[in-house]
Amino acid sequence: MNPYNYLYVSALLFTIGAIGVVVRRNAIVVFMCVELMLNAANLSLVTFSRINGTLDGQVTAFFTMVVAACEVVVGLAIIVTIYRSRRSASVDDASLLKR
Amino acid sequence: MLQIQTPETVMFWFLAPLAVIAALGMLLVKKAVHSALLLAWVMITLAIFYIAQDALFLGIVQIVVYTGAVMMLFLFILMLVGVDASDSLTETIPGLRAIAITAAVGFGGLLVSLIGRATLGRDAAGLADANSAGNVPALAKLLFSTYVWPFEVVSALLITAALGAMVLAHHQRAVARPTQREQAIARFRTGSLDIAAGRPAPGVFARHNAVDVPALLPDGTPAADSISATLKARGDMLESAQFQLDQVDTTIVEEK
Repeated sequence: MNPYNYLYVSALLFTIGAIGVVVRRNAIVVFMCVELMLNAANLSLVTFSRINGTLDGQVTAFFTMVVAACEVVVGLAIIVTIYRSRRSASVDDASLLKR
Repeated sequence: MLQIQTPETVMFWFLAPLAVIAALGMLLVKKAVHSALLLAWVMITLAIFYIAQDALFLGIVQIVVYTGAVMMLFLFILMLVGVDASDSLTETIPGLRAIAITAAVGFGGLLVSLIGRATLGRDAAGLADANSAGNVPALAKLLFSTYVWPFEVVSALLITAALGAMVLAHHQRAVARPTQREQAIARFRTGSLDIAAGRPAPGVFARHNAVDVPALLPDGTPAADSISATLKARGDMLESAQFQLDQVDTTIVEEK
Protein backbone atom coordinates (compact mmCIF):
# COMPACT_ATOMS: atom_id res chain seq x y z
CA MET A 1 0.00 0.00 0.00
CA ASN A 2 1.19 3.54 -0.64
CA PRO A 3 -0.12 6.82 0.85
CA TYR A 4 -1.86 7.69 -2.42
CA ASN A 5 -4.70 5.39 -1.31
CA TYR A 6 -5.75 8.04 1.20
CA LEU A 7 -6.16 10.43 -1.73
CA TYR A 8 -8.64 8.04 -3.38
CA VAL A 9 -10.72 7.93 -0.19
CA SER A 10 -10.56 11.72 -0.04
CA ALA A 11 -11.77 12.02 -3.66
CA LEU A 12 -14.66 9.62 -3.00
CA LEU A 13 -15.76 11.43 0.16
CA PHE A 14 -15.57 14.79 -1.63
CA THR A 15 -17.73 13.49 -4.48
CA ILE A 16 -20.30 12.01 -2.10
CA GLY A 17 -20.49 15.34 -0.28
CA ALA A 18 -21.01 17.15 -3.58
CA ILE A 19 -23.93 14.84 -4.47
CA GLY A 20 -25.46 15.50 -1.06
CA VAL A 21 -25.29 19.27 -1.48
CA VAL A 22 -27.24 19.01 -4.75
CA VAL A 23 -29.71 16.27 -3.87
CA ARG A 24 -30.78 16.81 -0.25
CA ARG A 25 -33.39 19.46 0.65
CA ASN A 26 -32.96 19.87 4.38
CA ALA A 27 -30.65 22.87 4.81
CA ILE A 28 -28.88 21.26 7.79
CA VAL A 29 -28.12 18.07 5.87
CA VAL A 30 -26.84 20.18 2.95
CA PHE A 31 -24.59 21.94 5.41
CA MET A 32 -23.32 18.65 6.83
CA CYS A 33 -22.42 17.57 3.28
CA VAL A 34 -20.37 20.78 2.90
CA GLU A 35 -18.56 19.79 6.09
CA LEU A 36 -17.89 16.35 4.61
CA MET A 37 -16.31 18.01 1.55
CA LEU A 38 -14.10 20.18 3.77
CA ASN A 39 -13.01 17.12 5.75
CA ALA A 40 -12.16 15.25 2.54
CA ALA A 41 -9.99 18.18 1.45
CA ASN A 42 -8.28 18.10 4.87
CA LEU A 43 -7.50 14.40 4.47
CA SER A 44 -5.79 15.06 1.15
CA LEU A 45 -3.81 17.97 2.69
CA VAL A 46 -2.54 15.71 5.48
CA THR A 47 -1.64 13.02 2.95
CA PHE A 48 0.21 15.54 0.76
CA SER A 49 2.12 16.66 3.84
CA ARG A 50 3.20 13.08 4.45
CA ILE A 51 4.14 12.45 0.82
CA ASN A 52 6.25 15.61 0.63
CA GLY A 53 7.83 15.20 4.04
CA THR A 54 7.05 18.74 5.17
CA LEU A 55 4.50 19.95 7.70
CA ASP A 56 3.07 22.80 5.61
CA GLY A 57 0.11 20.66 4.54
CA GLN A 58 -0.79 19.99 8.17
CA VAL A 59 -0.67 23.71 8.98
CA THR A 60 -2.99 24.39 6.04
CA ALA A 61 -5.37 21.67 7.24
CA PHE A 62 -5.33 23.32 10.67
CA PHE A 63 -6.33 26.65 9.12
CA THR A 64 -9.07 24.89 7.14
CA MET A 65 -10.47 23.51 10.39
CA VAL A 66 -10.62 26.99 11.92
CA VAL A 67 -12.33 28.41 8.83
CA ALA A 68 -14.79 25.48 8.86
CA ALA A 69 -15.63 26.17 12.49
CA CYS A 70 -16.38 29.84 11.63
CA GLU A 71 -18.45 28.72 8.68
CA VAL A 72 -20.51 26.34 10.82
CA VAL A 73 -21.25 29.05 13.38
CA VAL A 74 -22.40 31.62 10.82
CA GLY A 75 -24.19 29.08 8.60
CA LEU A 76 -26.20 27.59 11.42
CA ALA A 77 -27.14 31.08 12.62
CA ILE A 78 -28.43 31.84 9.11
CA ILE A 79 -30.42 28.58 9.08
CA VAL A 80 -31.97 29.44 12.44
CA THR A 81 -32.86 32.93 11.18
CA ILE A 82 -34.49 31.53 8.03
CA TYR A 83 -36.34 28.93 10.08
CA ARG A 84 -37.61 31.59 12.44
CA SER A 85 -39.09 33.72 9.66
CA ARG A 86 -40.31 30.97 7.30
CA ARG A 87 -40.96 28.03 9.68
CA SER A 88 -39.06 25.68 7.37
CA ALA A 89 -35.52 24.35 7.05
CA SER A 90 -36.01 23.30 3.42
CA VAL A 91 -33.72 24.94 0.88
CA ASP A 92 -36.59 24.89 -1.65
CA ASP A 93 -38.69 27.22 0.48
CA ALA A 94 -36.00 29.90 0.72
CA SER A 95 -36.61 31.18 -2.81
CA LEU A 96 -38.09 34.59 -2.07
CA LEU A 97 -35.57 36.45 -4.25
CA LYS A 98 -36.61 34.38 -7.27
CA ARG A 99 -40.10 35.84 -7.46
CA MET B 1 11.71 6.57 1.55
CA LEU B 2 8.45 5.79 3.31
CA GLN B 3 7.72 2.24 4.45
CA ILE B 4 4.09 1.66 5.43
CA GLN B 5 3.76 -1.01 8.08
CA THR B 6 1.22 -3.82 7.92
CA PRO B 7 -1.00 -2.59 10.81
CA GLU B 8 -1.63 0.66 8.97
CA THR B 9 -2.52 -1.22 5.80
CA VAL B 10 -4.99 -3.41 7.67
CA MET B 11 -6.45 -0.35 9.42
CA PHE B 12 -6.81 1.45 6.11
CA TRP B 13 -8.59 -1.36 4.28
CA PHE B 14 -10.87 -1.86 7.26
CA LEU B 15 -11.79 1.76 7.93
CA ALA B 16 -11.76 3.32 4.45
CA PRO B 17 -14.72 1.25 3.12
CA LEU B 18 -16.60 1.92 6.36
CA ALA B 19 -16.04 5.67 5.97
CA VAL B 20 -17.26 5.65 2.36
CA ILE B 21 -20.30 3.53 3.28
CA ALA B 22 -21.15 5.86 6.16
CA ALA B 23 -20.83 8.88 3.85
CA LEU B 24 -23.15 7.21 1.32
CA GLY B 25 -25.57 6.39 4.12
CA MET B 26 -25.58 10.07 5.03
CA LEU B 27 -27.16 10.77 1.64
CA LEU B 28 -29.64 7.93 1.80
CA VAL B 29 -31.07 8.03 5.32
CA LYS B 30 -34.25 10.00 5.77
CA LYS B 31 -33.82 11.59 9.17
CA ALA B 32 -31.32 14.42 9.60
CA VAL B 33 -30.28 13.12 13.03
CA HIS B 34 -29.13 9.82 11.50
CA SER B 35 -27.17 11.79 8.89
CA ALA B 36 -25.46 13.69 11.70
CA LEU B 37 -24.47 10.47 13.51
CA LEU B 38 -23.08 8.94 10.29
CA LEU B 39 -21.10 12.14 9.66
CA ALA B 40 -19.68 11.92 13.19
CA TRP B 41 -18.51 8.39 12.38
CA VAL B 42 -16.82 9.60 9.16
CA MET B 43 -15.06 12.33 11.14
CA ILE B 44 -13.79 9.88 13.77
CA THR B 45 -12.47 7.67 10.95
CA LEU B 46 -10.68 10.66 9.47
CA ALA B 47 -9.15 11.43 12.88
CA ILE B 48 -7.76 7.88 13.00
CA PHE B 49 -6.38 8.38 9.48
CA TYR B 50 -4.66 11.61 10.60
CA ILE B 51 -3.06 9.94 13.60
CA ALA B 52 -1.93 7.04 11.42
CA GLN B 53 -0.33 9.55 9.03
CA ASP B 54 1.88 11.15 11.71
CA ALA B 55 -0.48 14.09 12.21
CA LEU B 56 -1.12 13.48 15.89
CA PHE B 57 -2.07 17.07 16.69
CA LEU B 58 -4.56 17.30 13.82
CA GLY B 59 -6.11 13.97 14.80
CA ILE B 60 -6.79 15.19 18.32
CA VAL B 61 -8.05 18.54 17.02
CA GLN B 62 -10.31 16.72 14.58
CA ILE B 63 -11.96 14.81 17.42
CA VAL B 64 -12.22 17.81 19.74
CA VAL B 65 -13.35 20.39 17.16
CA TYR B 66 -15.35 18.33 14.70
CA THR B 67 -16.91 15.39 16.50
CA GLY B 68 -17.06 17.45 19.68
CA ALA B 69 -17.95 21.04 18.96
CA VAL B 70 -19.21 21.11 15.37
CA MET B 71 -21.38 17.97 15.51
CA MET B 72 -22.76 19.04 18.89
CA LEU B 73 -23.73 22.36 17.31
CA PHE B 74 -25.37 20.54 14.38
CA LEU B 75 -27.39 18.30 16.69
CA PHE B 76 -28.36 21.29 18.83
CA ILE B 77 -29.71 23.17 15.80
CA LEU B 78 -31.46 20.00 14.58
CA MET B 79 -33.28 19.73 17.90
CA LEU B 80 -34.08 23.44 17.83
CA VAL B 81 -35.46 23.45 14.30
CA GLY B 82 -37.23 20.11 14.69
CA VAL B 83 -38.49 17.89 11.93
CA ASP B 84 -40.52 19.04 8.98
CA ALA B 85 -41.36 18.02 5.43
CA SER B 86 -37.85 18.83 4.18
CA ASP B 87 -36.64 15.51 5.60
CA SER B 88 -38.39 13.64 2.79
CA LEU B 89 -36.31 12.31 -0.07
CA THR B 90 -38.72 13.10 -2.90
CA GLU B 91 -37.33 14.94 -5.92
CA THR B 92 -38.70 18.46 -6.26
CA ILE B 93 -36.88 19.33 -9.49
CA PRO B 94 -37.48 16.60 -12.10
CA GLY B 95 -34.31 14.87 -13.26
CA LEU B 96 -32.16 16.55 -10.62
CA ARG B 97 -31.03 13.30 -9.04
CA ALA B 98 -30.03 11.69 -12.34
CA ILE B 99 -28.11 14.79 -13.42
CA ALA B 100 -26.39 15.10 -10.02
CA ILE B 101 -25.31 11.45 -9.96
CA THR B 102 -24.07 11.59 -13.58
CA ALA B 103 -22.07 14.75 -12.90
CA ALA B 104 -20.69 13.33 -9.65
CA VAL B 105 -19.62 10.05 -11.26
CA GLY B 106 -17.88 12.07 -13.98
CA PHE B 107 -16.19 14.35 -11.46
CA GLY B 108 -15.19 11.50 -9.15
CA GLY B 109 -13.85 9.47 -12.08
CA LEU B 110 -11.83 12.47 -13.20
CA LEU B 111 -10.35 12.95 -9.72
CA VAL B 112 -9.55 9.27 -9.25
CA SER B 113 -7.94 8.91 -12.67
CA LEU B 114 -5.99 12.11 -12.05
CA ILE B 115 -4.65 10.79 -8.74
CA GLY B 116 -3.86 7.48 -10.43
CA ARG B 117 -1.76 9.18 -13.12
CA ALA B 118 -0.08 11.77 -10.92
CA THR B 119 3.41 10.93 -9.70
CA LEU B 120 5.83 12.97 -7.69
CA GLY B 121 8.86 11.64 -9.59
CA ARG B 122 10.29 10.31 -6.33
CA ASP B 123 9.15 8.13 -3.45
CA ALA B 124 6.88 9.42 -0.73
CA ALA B 125 9.11 11.06 1.89
CA GLY B 126 7.27 10.40 5.17
CA LEU B 127 7.33 12.69 8.17
CA ALA B 128 10.02 11.00 10.28
CA ASP B 129 12.48 13.86 9.73
CA ALA B 130 9.97 16.70 10.06
CA ASN B 131 8.51 15.19 13.23
CA SER B 132 11.88 14.35 14.80
CA ALA B 133 11.34 16.94 17.56
CA GLY B 134 7.73 15.83 18.02
CA ASN B 135 4.69 16.74 15.95
CA VAL B 136 3.35 19.54 18.13
CA PRO B 137 6.67 21.44 18.56
CA ALA B 138 7.35 21.17 14.82
CA LEU B 139 3.87 22.48 13.98
CA ALA B 140 4.20 25.29 16.53
CA LYS B 141 7.54 26.33 15.04
CA LEU B 142 5.96 26.62 11.59
CA LEU B 143 2.77 28.26 12.87
CA PHE B 144 4.58 31.00 14.78
CA SER B 145 7.24 31.73 12.18
CA THR B 146 6.24 31.20 8.55
CA TYR B 147 2.51 31.22 9.10
CA VAL B 148 2.22 33.81 11.84
CA TRP B 149 0.38 36.35 9.65
CA PRO B 150 -2.29 33.87 8.43
CA PHE B 151 -2.61 32.74 12.05
CA GLU B 152 -3.44 36.29 13.18
CA VAL B 153 -5.86 36.79 10.29
CA VAL B 154 -7.64 33.55 11.19
CA SER B 155 -8.04 34.73 14.78
CA ALA B 156 -9.67 37.92 13.46
CA LEU B 157 -11.94 35.72 11.34
CA LEU B 158 -13.00 33.72 14.41
CA ILE B 159 -13.93 36.89 16.30
CA THR B 160 -15.86 38.21 13.28
CA ALA B 161 -17.74 34.92 12.96
CA ALA B 162 -18.70 34.96 16.64
CA LEU B 163 -19.97 38.53 16.31
CA GLY B 164 -21.83 37.67 13.09
CA ALA B 165 -23.54 34.71 14.73
CA MET B 166 -24.61 36.89 17.65
CA VAL B 167 -26.03 39.55 15.30
CA LEU B 168 -27.84 36.92 13.20
CA ALA B 169 -29.28 35.02 16.13
CA HIS B 170 -30.39 38.16 17.95
CA HIS B 171 -34.14 38.44 17.58
CA GLN B 172 -35.85 41.79 17.75
CA ARG B 173 -39.64 41.86 17.59
CA ALA B 174 -40.85 43.92 14.63
CA VAL B 175 -44.19 44.50 16.33
CA ALA B 176 -45.02 44.46 20.02
CA ARG B 177 -46.37 41.22 21.48
CA PRO B 178 -50.19 41.41 21.44
CA THR B 179 -51.72 41.80 24.88
CA GLN B 180 -54.49 39.55 26.17
CA ARG B 181 -57.05 42.30 25.54
CA GLU B 182 -55.91 42.76 21.92
CA GLN B 183 -56.06 39.00 21.36
CA ALA B 184 -59.62 38.85 22.72
CA ILE B 185 -60.72 41.72 20.50
CA ALA B 186 -59.05 40.13 17.47
CA ARG B 187 -60.88 36.83 18.08
CA PHE B 188 -64.29 38.54 17.85
CA ARG B 189 -63.45 40.73 14.87
CA THR B 190 -62.19 38.02 12.47
CA GLY B 191 -65.68 37.62 10.96
CA SER B 192 -66.40 34.06 12.03
CA LEU B 193 -67.02 33.30 15.68
CA ASP B 194 -65.66 29.73 15.48
CA ILE B 195 -62.71 30.40 17.75
CA ALA B 196 -64.31 33.09 19.85
CA ALA B 197 -64.20 30.81 22.88
CA GLY B 198 -60.58 29.81 22.18
CA ARG B 199 -59.15 26.90 20.22
CA PRO B 200 -59.91 23.36 21.39
CA ALA B 201 -57.32 21.63 23.57
CA PRO B 202 -56.04 18.20 22.42
CA GLY B 203 -57.50 14.99 23.80
CA VAL B 204 -60.83 13.18 23.62
CA PHE B 205 -63.07 13.35 26.71
CA ALA B 206 -61.42 11.50 29.57
CA ARG B 207 -60.59 8.48 27.46
CA HIS B 208 -57.31 9.67 25.94
CA ASN B 209 -56.36 13.15 26.95
CA ALA B 210 -52.74 13.08 25.75
CA VAL B 211 -51.40 15.72 23.34
CA ASP B 212 -51.14 13.31 20.39
CA VAL B 213 -54.90 12.99 19.78
CA PRO B 214 -56.86 15.79 18.09
CA ALA B 215 -59.89 17.03 19.98
CA LEU B 216 -63.35 15.99 18.81
CA LEU B 217 -65.60 18.87 17.86
CA PRO B 218 -69.31 18.75 18.81
CA ASP B 219 -70.22 17.45 15.34
CA GLY B 220 -67.83 14.49 15.73
CA THR B 221 -65.02 15.68 13.42
CA PRO B 222 -61.46 15.83 14.75
CA ALA B 223 -60.05 19.36 15.18
CA ALA B 224 -56.76 19.27 13.24
CA ASP B 225 -55.41 22.50 14.72
CA SER B 226 -55.63 21.26 18.30
CA ILE B 227 -52.32 19.35 18.13
CA SER B 228 -48.77 20.52 17.49
CA ALA B 229 -47.58 20.70 13.87
CA THR B 230 -44.34 18.97 14.87
CA LEU B 231 -46.19 15.90 16.12
CA LYS B 232 -48.18 15.86 12.90
CA ALA B 233 -45.04 16.10 10.73
CA ARG B 234 -43.33 13.36 12.73
CA GLY B 235 -46.34 11.08 12.32
CA ASP B 236 -46.81 10.67 16.09
CA MET B 237 -50.54 11.31 15.85
CA LEU B 238 -53.41 8.99 16.79
CA GLU B 239 -56.88 8.86 15.26
CA SER B 240 -59.41 10.45 17.57
CA ALA B 241 -62.32 8.42 16.18
CA GLN B 242 -61.22 5.30 18.10
CA PHE B 243 -61.76 7.11 21.38
CA GLN B 244 -65.24 8.33 20.50
CA LEU B 245 -68.08 7.30 22.79
CA ASP B 246 -70.75 5.46 20.79
CA GLN B 247 -73.48 6.43 23.16
CA VAL B 248 -73.69 7.93 26.57
CA ASP B 249 -73.84 5.26 29.22
CA THR B 250 -77.08 6.05 31.09
CA THR B 251 -77.07 3.01 33.37
CA ILE B 252 -74.77 4.73 35.85
CA VAL B 253 -76.83 6.65 38.35
CA GLU B 254 -75.15 9.54 39.97
CA GLU B 255 -74.92 8.96 43.71
CA LYS B 256 -75.82 11.70 46.05
